[in-house]
Amino acid sequence: MDRLKLMVNGEEHVVEVAPGEMLSDVLRYRLGLTGTKIACEEAECGACTVLLEDQPVLSCTMPAMKTDGKTLLTIEGLRSNGELHPLQDAFVKHGAVQCGFCIPGQIMTGYALLTDNQDPSEEDIRYALRDTLCRCGAYPRIITAVQAAAQSLRSGSPVSEPVMQVSGDERVVGRYAWRPDAIAKVDGTAMYSDDYEFPGMLHGAVLRAGVPHGIVRAIELEQARAVEGVHTILTAPDVPGRVNHGVVYHDWPALVGIGEKVRYVGDAIAIVVADTRGIAEQALGRIGVEIEALPVVTDPVEAYQSDAPRVHQDGNLLKHIKVRKGDVDLGFEQADVILDRVYFTPAMDHVFMEPECSIARITDDDRVEVYVGSQIPYEDREQIAAALGVDESRVRVIGTLIGGGFGGKEDIAGQIHAALAAYHTGRPVKILFDRHESLIVHPKRHATQIRVRLGAKRDGTLVAAQTELYGDTGAYASLGDKVMGRATTHSAGPYVIPHVKSDCYAMYTNNPPAGAFRGFGALQSIFAIETAMDELAEMLDIERVTLRRKNALRKGSIANTGQILDESVGLIDCIERVQARLEEVAGKDPFTARQVVGEPHLSRAWGFAVAFKNTGLGEGAPDRATAEVELLPDGTVEARTSSAEIGQGLVTVLQLIAAEEMGLPLESVRVLLSDTDLTPDGGPTTGSRQTYISGNAVRHAASALRDSISATLAEKFEVPPGSIRYVEGLAQVNGQQIMMDRVASIMNEEGRKPLVSFEYWAPETYPLGTEGDKHFAFSFAAQAAEVEVDLLTGEVRVLRVIAANDVGRAINPLGLLGQVEGGVIMGVGHALTEEFILEGGEVWTDQLARYRMPSIAQTPEIESIVVEHPTSEGPYGAKGVGEISSMPTIPAITNAIYNACGVRLRKIPVDQDWLALEIARKAPDGA
Amino acid sequence: MSLWKHYLLPTSIQEAVDALSELDGTSAVIAGGTDLLLDLDQGRHPPVDTMVDITRIDELQQVRVEPEGIFIGAAVTHNEIIHNPVLKENVRCLVEGCGLIGGPQVRNVATIGGNVAHALPAGDGTIALVALDAQACIVNSEGETWLPIGDLFAGPGVTTFDRSRELIKGFRIPLSGPGEGSAFDRVMRPQGVAIAILNMAVWMRFASDGSIESARIAVGPGGPTPFRAHALEDLLSGRIIDADTLHESARTLQDEIKLRTSPYRATEAYRRHLIATLLDRTIGRISAQLLE
Repeated sequence: MDRLKLMVNGEEHVVEVAPGEMLSDVLRYRLGLTGTKIACEEAECGACTVLLEDQPVLSCTMPAMKTDGKTLLTIEGLRSNGELHPLQDAFVKHGAVQCGFCIPGQIMTGYALLTDNQDPSEEDIRYALRDTLCRCGAYPRIITAVQAAAQSLRSGSPVSEPVMQVSGDERVVGRYAWRPDAIAKVDGTAMYSDDYEFPGMLHGAVLRAGVPHGIVRAIELEQARAVEGVHTILTAPDVPGRVNHGVVYHDWPALVGIGEKVRYVGDAIAIVVADTRGIAEQALGRIGVEIEALPVVTDPVEAYQSDAPRVHQDGNLLKHIKVRKGDVDLGFEQADVILDRVYFTPAMDHVFMEPECSIARITDDDRVEVYVGSQIPYEDREQIAAALGVDESRVRVIGTLIGGGFGGKEDIAGQIHAALAAYHTGRPVKILFDRHESLIVHPKRHATQIRVRLGAKRDGTLVAAQTELYGDTGAYASLGDKVMGRATTHSAGPYVIPHVKSDCYAMYTNNPPAGAFRGFGALQSIFAIETAMDELAEMLDIERVTLRRKNALRKGSIANTGQILDESVGLIDCIERVQARLEEVAGKDPFTARQVVGEPHLSRAWGFAVAFKNTGLGEGAPDRATAEVELLPDGTVEARTSSAEIGQGLVTVLQLIAAEEMGLPLESVRVLLSDTDLTPDGGPTTGSRQTYISGNAVRHAASALRDSISATLAEKFEVPPGSIRYVEGLAQVNGQQIMMDRVASIMNEEGRKPLVSFEYWAPETYPLGTEGDKHFAFSFAAQAAEVEVDLLTGEVRVLRVIAANDVGRAINPLGLLGQVEGGVIMGVGHALTEEFILEGGEVWTDQLARYRMPSIAQTPEIESIVVEHPTSEGPYGAKGVGEISSMPTIPAITNAIYNACGVRLRKIPVDQDWLALEIARKAPDGA
Repeated sequence: MSLWKHYLLPTSIQEAVDALSELDGTSAVIAGGTDLLLDLDQGRHPPVDTMVDITRIDELQQVRVEPEGIFIGAAVTHNEIIHNPVLKENVRCLVEGCGLIGGPQVRNVATIGGNVAHALPAGDGTIALVALDAQACIVNSEGETWLPIGDLFAGPGVTTFDRSRELIKGFRIPLSGPGEGSAFDRVMRPQGVAIAILNMAVWMRFASDGSIESARIAVGPGGPTPFRAHALEDLLSGRIIDADTLHESARTLQDEIKLRTSPYRATEAYRRHLIATLLDRTIGRISAQLLE
């Protein structure tokens, strides 16, 4: 141990540090300054940025001893006299905060910039923050916030609030609101799972198989057990209950035992529980495992062949999904033109900034408590209880803040392992993934191969569509059949086509599992169909937007699944709004390549695409959420449901809805989420369903509570209930103002608990192949993207995106803007930077350095057009937006690239190397 | 597992080299550590008993003008380089190369000596120093030796000096004279590791008649060590810059360089394709500088 003396946030500290300790370890685990976050430990993401002698540095790769005698500033040190620094305040007010995990790094880096430069340009901000990553894609808001803070610092006046377009004429719904969880996220006090410590806490680490397919023949634990500080090592026989878990099918073993099968490199073999994470990891290296290798299958098309190696006993086909409408052969007979193309999308990783972390502990009353950032707390509870072989009532899942999810925190990660470790040791146990483990273990976006055949009349009328999809769901089902189901139903696009036939094969392979990821299969299909539509437009010599508008779904259309769309179909509106705006900014001919003046090797053009996406689970899955709304003795209201805040802004949406219904100011409403003891089941946070489903649950509960309060006050004061008004946090009864805390006590005095629980059931849906609606609502979108292609190097930049989304109703305009911009930026990443690469089932992209998410430097100028075609059941007309915003971005970009340089992209991400050589091949003389 | 057992913070070169000598090969010199720590963590560097941190040695942090040229200490960070007025004036390609690396957090700790000691064939700072014909000073307990920077490299990641017993003190670059200029450029790939697909630094001196008197060109990766394009340099000598010269330059460089395909990074064909563009850009920028 070395003695380290350092000055942190003006306070001197002297600590003993162990060999190998990094500055972030000292700050977080020795000084308890957990505001500094660790997201990669490889100097890639900037989340851990602190100021060392006023300069931003990465604390996760800075040996602690380097800072001996130095002065440090961390996120916790920015408040002065209890007030937020203007930069923190600007991040809150301008919506720069979503999941919050990268925010300390953004703010510290931005703070250093503002120290050097009082009036930074957008370019200065992009240069300073270009290696400080935000997976929520809040970059445009971050730029705005830094500039607003700079303005405030220069002028001495308070940070300005953004001017937001208002939606509708409700009192709070549809108006500007900043998120209530933002303050803790900007001042470093926000608590994510790894920020929790418990007395006597041990640390678990998990031995992964490391081979993609094989039979475990031996596990040798002696040497590992002998490592000092190791408490226990758990293997498959130590699972007292159900070994297999899975969100839909229980096919995924928590631990693979001797004689059992390993199906991917991330399968768990043993859990070491030790005094420290370091000791646990050291002991992992001393476990001997013998695995008899089996032949590997890694491609979904190969997996479908009858002689392919079998991943599961019943074969490799998870599900064959079919959509049938009309008679597709007849349709193609009627067609004048037939297009037939195959498209490819790779596996992708969510790269939520916060790696998975679970902490389990046994409570005094012998229950198991698990702290975890999970998208489905009740599902976790069921799975943990089943693995432990105990009743669900013995398990409590406490949702901590979540540093991003995007679908990647729906499956079990460390929850069961931590619970098993606590169960066997009786001590609290934390299992924290590093980025490497996170990349290897959790489910990915499905890699797909999608064949699209389109038949059209000369005038552009679509008459037939046939699609064939193969989806790689990897070693375990996760949500694979649901994801590929959505891929199938969206594969012919948001168009009116009389004859449709789609077949999808969701295949097991020895790759890491694939599951939920924003866009949920539909994203892959939209890339395929929207590229095909541009190709078809060219074949027919019909303008691309015209072709889409001609065939677009509209009110009264019959979708490919046979569902009649009788309301809330804003697709045409989205197309026309984008088209109109495009003409304003780019003239009448935006899709024709233009050389940049003075730079003849740079070619620019716009591209266009549309999308649709269901809201909610659909296809026959019961979709419900329960919420409670309670008037507390202090006169404030609490809304409770187990749904998850993953950065998308659910807290604000529920706060707005409850405040609206109760006639209260926003600050009187608190939202409590994700605790299986304290909050009722809101269902999974998936499928763009929370605003609609949990929003409706809160809305109904709040309005029932208001009615109950009115009834009570009406009785007590002998006035008609309808005469009671709620204004500015007061009840007005017969001209008398009653404070809400007094109202709460009146309710209690009258023997009426001021609490309403409401279970909301979404409209019923029906499975594919049956009559009836498959989904209760769809969102629609159109986007145009402008790219610049360097004809010499193949480099592509996305310059501008115009995005119109039919969201039904904008409940939270600032949050909606964040979802749209963040979705577009993720789309830019999917088109240009992201590819999860596997070699024979082994993960090559096992570090953040190898899997690139888009940075602020790649962020285009984004314009969001909100289109509101309300859906009658949605709260105030709202439907989902979380997923659709990413979907059209990808084909809009790849179509734009074709328009700029004449090379068609049928595979993402864009391979710059291939593109440059293709451009050169087509024009041998160069640009 | 801990990446080292002991951490030393010597404040003089003598103290550092004495420690290295005493530790007899079990230690590693650390400056910013941005490459070394990842190599250790990911198993590309053998375990280290003692880290000898050289960032508190004053002399290694200096940039100063000496009679023989500009001295840049090995522990000078990338951010210090890009903000140093003397360097901006004299060694433009180094400033440009260092400005493209990382964000401010990495540039604040990553040092020029570390970039060179890492010995990658396409290190941005290294390629610039090679084009500038820098001399490097290697120190051990016996004393110091000056040698041309190109002599430091033995292969990808391999140096001719013993990194567990010796350290780089710094670099010396001649001051820029009349008619001289330099430029750096590179092409990156949006996916995968942030190492240049191809980078290039060019230094040129023009005669008063506008012809090239002398040129030095470094390219990475163009072989196992940072590549110096001698055939192209010979070709350029005495030529004026016009379309023919640029065209012939690209052909000459394509002939002499050893390009290869790196999985998930670039094909050999693409790298070959980029040569003309990088030459056009760098030489074009030098011409523009001299007209300023």
